[in-house]
Amino acid sequence: MAREIGDVILDLQNISLRFGGVKALTDISFDVREHEIRAIIGPNGAGKSSMLNVINGVYHPQEGTIVFRGQERREMEPHMAASQGIARTFQNIALFKGMTVLDNIMTGRNLMMKTNFLHHAMFWGPAQREEIEHRKKVEEVIDFLEIQNIRKTPVGRLPYGLQKRVELARALAAEPSLLLLDEPMAGMNVEEKQDMCRFVLDVNDQFGTTIVLIEHDMGVVMDISDRVVVLDYGKKIGDGPPDEVKNDPKVIEAYLGTSH
Amino acid sequence: MLYREAGQFKASYMQDQQIFPIRQDQIGFWAMIAFFFLVVPVIANQYWLQAILIPVLIFSLAALGLNILTGYCGQLSLGSAAFMAVGAFATYNFMLRVDGIPFIAALLLGGLCAAAVGILFGLPSLRIKGFYLAVATLAAQFFIVWVLVKFGWFSNYSTSGVITAQAVTIFGYTFTTPESKYLLTLSIVVVLALLAKNMVRSSTGRKWMAVRDMDVAAEVIGIRLMHTKLQAFAISSFYCGVAGALYAYMYLGTVEPEGFNLDLSFRILFMIIIGGVASILGSFIGAAFIVLLPVFLNIMMHSAIGAFVPANVAANLELIIFGALIIFFLIVEPHGLARLWQLTKEKLRIWPFPH
Ligand SMILES: Nc1ncnc2c1ncn2[C@@H]1O[C@H](COP(=O)(O)OP(=O)(O)O)[C@@H](O)[C@H]1O
Ligand SMILES: [Mg+2]
Repeated sequence: MAREIGDVILDLQNISLRFGGVKALTDISFDVREHEIRAIIGPNGAGKSSMLNVINGVYHPQEGTIVFRGQERREMEPHMAASQGIARTFQNIALFKGMTVLDNIMTGRNLMMKTNFLHHAMFWGPAQREEIEHRKKVEEVIDFLEIQNIRKTPVGRLPYGLQKRVELARALAAEPSLLLLDEPMAGMNVEEKQDMCRFVLDVNDQFGTTIVLIEHDMGVVMDISDRVVVLDYGKKIGDGPPDEVKNDPKVIEAYLGTSH
Repeated sequence: MLYREAGQFKASYMQDQQIFPIRQDQIGFWAMIAFFFLVVPVIANQYWLQAILIPVLIFSLAALGLNILTGYCGQLSLGSAAFMAVGAFATYNFMLRVDGIPFIAALLLGGLCAAAVGILFGLPSLRIKGFYLAVATLAAQFFIVWVLVKFGWFSNYSTSGVITAQAVTIFGYTFTTPESKYLLTLSIVVVLALLAKNMVRSSTGRKWMAVRDMDVAAEVIGIRLMHTKLQAFAISSFYCGVAGALYAYMYLGTVEPEGFNLDLSFRILFMIIIGGVASILGSFIGAAFIVLLPVFLNIMMHSAIGAFVPANVAANLELIIFGALIIFFLIVEPHGLARLWQLTKEKLRIWPFPH
């Protein structure tokens, strides 16, 4: 691999998250290094999505500490996470349905746009210049993900696989340094999966983006990730390089215990 | 055959961002503007100007305001009429109490007062959504009208809060004829509609729609929900406020707080449902439709057809048709007449060879 794995940029320490009586996460610690692809695996309901939600501030854990780029916090806030360069996609597609593909991706750049509503009302001048400048960046993302022909399509009309791709495009438009992907390949056919795999690897390789990825397909996980965290019933039961994790008896048991 | 875009290519992002990317639409737009500014004042009689065109324009502006909040930002409101009332009464007080204030300044300040009140009553939207938010805005509706009746200061202590609009003079010219009032209203509405169009096609509008379509995702890409919702409340209320002031100064002349009741709020809501949710054009179509429907029905009832309609049905015909249309649009075409118009154009673009 060409890219150099760097220092730890995200360190989660003793994270516990409860919803009423449900313990979604119990005392979980792991770290993410710069430029790596870090996978989170585990059976359904293991707490994987909750983990991502803790990282970018959608959920606030009852216990634990999040250290991101040297700053230590009890919890994140979504806005703070976004402005620090954390972007994500969702397990159940969370696109802006009434908007076109282009507008969805443009919205991904909102934090970098400096003009306010008064500029926008006037449009001609600073707002238009900014719009054009960001449109150029967005077109780069569109080219990168090969979705040129659907730019002007309302996202609601797109098939599932393409919607997932547009969601990735929206996240990439923010030029994130840390990208959280929640089952980006779920529900896709083999060909779509291969495309998505290639995109994830290219993002990591070309932009050096650090990626935290939740994925069920063990083949994919073993192929593309540098290190894997294994969760089961909200507890961490494994952590390490794919080969090591694959042969860990505890992991095998968790996976054989459920039908996978 | 005339509606074709063949040979029209966009060579830059700037061209791609135009309001009307297809040339025929651009020509159509300018033709409409010319028609309403130059031809209508000449051919329309007093009745049409004063009783139809001016109210259509004013309601279009109010509907546009509601559309910003409900259509674009997804926050349901039943308080539009109350924000109109704030605009009307605030403008009245600026005219009354500030010596020599220009009308346009009083109008804008009236709009800003409505915006401030809008922010206040928008605060519940940070915690509640949908139906419950609608109930909260209902509280605004009743509370504002109550305050305007209760505290005589707002109407300069007139009986039951009635205010009489002062004469409107701009650069020494006093607007008294229906033609002049129509042209002033039209100018204000066209400018504000253009500003609204610009907002909804740039980052401001995208943020509103993002909050409307998927608030968690919006937050995660860095959009601040509170700021965005309150901004929509403020701008929406500003538009309603200006519409309310025009309602008093350009249309009725005298208004009372009760004139801005829940009934009016509902009428404005129906305008956007029938005209088109999240559509600037739809706001105009909806307002025109709702103002014109009773006029049209009236003409029909007095013609030969009227003889066949039983009197008890005729009396309620307007309500029956409204009800039916609203159910139709809610269920079949949530994007209203504006969407039907757009679909027609899409068909026309590829006619006669659909693929
Ligand atoms: N917002 C929520 N409210 C209540 N319970 C939740 C919420 N989100 C997740 N959970 C619970 O937390 C547990 C872990 O869920 P999740 O993180 O979605 O698992 P995974 O992504 O691994 O399938 C589940 O028991 C789920 O029901
Ligand atoms: Mg999940």
